[in-house]
Amino acid sequence: MARAVSTRRKLFYTAAAWSVALLIFFPVLWTILTSFKTEASAVASPPELFTADWTLDNYAEVWGRSDYPRFFWNSVVISVGSTLLGLLIAIPAAWSMAFVPGPRTKDLLMWMLSTKMMPAAAVLIPMYLIFQRTGLFDTRTGLVLALMLMNLPVIVWMLYTYFKEIPVEILEAARMDGASLKNEIIYVLTPMAIPGIASTMLLNIILAWNEAFWTITLTTTKAAPLSAFIASFSAPQGLFYAKLSAASTMAIAPILILGWFSQKQLVRGLTFGAVK
Amino acid sequence: MKLTVRALLSASAMLALTGIAQAETTITVATVNNGDMIRMQGLMDDFYAKNPDIKVEWVTLEENVLRQNVTADIATGGGQYDVVTIGTYEAPIWAKQGWLEGLNDLPADYDIDDLLPAIRGGLTVDGVLYASPFYGESSFVNYRKDLAEKAGITIPDAPTWDQIKAAAAAMTDQANGIYGICLRGKAGWGENMAFLTSMANSYGARWFDENWVPQFDSPEWKAVLTDYVEMLTKYGPPGASNNGYNENLTLSLQGKCAMRMDATVSAGGLTDPAQSEFADQVGFALAPDMGLGKRANWLWAWSLAIPASSDAKEASKAFINWATNKDYIALVASKEGWRNAPPGTRTSLYANAEYAALPFAKLTIDSINAADPVNPTVKPVPYVGVQFAAIPEFAGLATSVGEIFSAALAGQKTVDEALAEAQALSVEEMTAAGYIK
Repeated sequence: MARAVSTRRKLFYTAAAWSVALLIFFPVLWTILTSFKTEASAVASPPELFTADWTLDNYAEVWGRSDYPRFFWNSVVISVGSTLLGLLIAIPAAWSMAFVPGPRTKDLLMWMLSTKMMPAAAVLIPMYLIFQRTGLFDTRTGLVLALMLMNLPVIVWMLYTYFKEIPVEILEAARMDGASLKNEIIYVLTPMAIPGIASTMLLNIILAWNEAFWTITLTTTKAAPLSAFIASFSAPQGLFYAKLSAASTMAIAPILILGWFSQKQLVRGLTFGAVK
Repeated sequence: MKLTVRALLSASAMLALTGIAQAETTITVATVNNGDMIRMQGLMDDFYAKNPDIKVEWVTLEENVLRQNVTADIATGGGQYDVVTIGTYEAPIWAKQGWLEGLNDLPADYDIDDLLPAIRGGLTVDGVLYASPFYGESSFVNYRKDLAEKAGITIPDAPTWDQIKAAAAAMTDQANGIYGICLRGKAGWGENMAFLTSMANSYGARWFDENWVPQFDSPEWKAVLTDYVEMLTKYGPPGASNNGYNENLTLSLQGKCAMRMDATVSAGGLTDPAQSEFADQVGFALAPDMGLGKRANWLWAWSLAIPASSDAKEASKAFINWATNKDYIALVASKEGWRNAPPGTRTSLYANAEYAALPFAKLTIDSINAADPVNPTVKPVPYVGVQFAAIPEFAGLATSVGEIFSAALAGQKTVDEALAEAQALSVEEMTAAGYIK
């Protein structure tokens, strides 16, 4: 009897989990399905989940009209570059906050996070002018710097949480054995925090990949990533939903695949320290 | 000796290569994503054949994002764009700010006098053309002739609002998914407010009086909003307050709108059997009036302009001359047929017998000619523009008012409440901006 209740409950939770997952995934699924429809079928009323006129024409046209490899490569450089640079700065910062906290460390952490609460549009003109006058406008270097600064609070916070889980005694033992600060961070702390660093890295690559405000505002032709690629197919006057969906699918496919293969690390990283 | 000759030849080759590299000018063209602009990008081989020393790089963005990026760039003198796509709203405002390069010195083959006077007037400030129209549009009525016939009515070529209301009532068949009239309801200065401002012009209403005092408390505006809400509530599609250009066009292509009032530029698609289920049944009429001398049609043109900050003005002018020349229209016609020629910019297009034979050609030119951006309203106004007032504050203000009117359409507030709210908001904004002393 106990087993029957347990099985029923398990079934219920499984069904609930699948329902929530499908609900969350539905917009992505709808976009992918729409990308294979004709424009007429894409805007049919009532909406058609499946169509009789499946086509690859949208992909052919999107590919023909745009330099997808260039947008893709810019996205890779900007998201990976900003994440690696962020890690380089955030690892020592999180180390000091986790292991040698000062009286104001908590305030400092909160202050860092509070910068994320500011609407991006509020600093549009200053950022625009800085980028223009320093020659960073429409450069990958400029976007790497901008996105690194934007995501740095998240990186520091995540790493701080992971580092807090590492027993300080291990670091003290390394110090007793004569390890310098640099060696302590590189050879002792970092290897132990690899899962946390990996999940931080993955999450920040995803955040940087999906960023659209700055990547569209601070680029024109040379450094524009996939967010600008999608924006080029958006139009309030004209029926281009199927092509827009094809462009969106091409833009999100790489990051979806990356997320799929690294979901174990992502889940582990996001739930790290959640249960004590 | 042999060595010297080789060295000289190498040096000459290097010089020649340097010369080629220096001669090539790259221009960045910022544009919107619509059918005509995409078509132009596909015809660039012709431009390169005529201008081998100019390379064009495209930045294609959604209209509002483009407006934001280009404004930021021009206002800060960034010089990132050499040619920008702008609308009739921005052209006079930016020209007065000194942000745009004058285009009166385009080559003679550009034939500036061939531009349609109404369109040219909207892009000209103090006698200088600041943007060259790529395609122009007005608005008119499109309807299903078979449904009109079934309902036993005739829609005249120049209808009145009363005739439109009666036709909407007669053709509505909601049980079968046929809606008598489809109008823009989605909030936005370029969406519901473009339509409502044009409708207001025909009702004798106006945004501001001669002293910039908002006029939403006038009986004319009450009549406009009452009729608009009533028509869409009784005869419009469900969720009309969410419908913009795209949504209503989709409904029309599917034959679900018995009648629709919107941009003339959609006529090509509506009469194209590949896109429209009722292509052979589409009829057109001028936007309606109230017998006051103004029709409810707007005037708009997507045009190409050169920011004053561009460092490649000559190459940019060569591009604009190519893209907005009569020869370009002929090029499109030769490759994709006259139906796809960019409409609404040149007198010569409408003098062409093949183009004039298209079912929408005459109504389009008549609608454009009926719009007067300098005297858009029955009563005098201090602004220029048919479905907008060409002042920098208008876009933000009209979008806020559009949200209020869209809420009235959705039944969230009454017509009186919406007008009172719009009036209070407009007075506050216009006072803050210094128009009302």
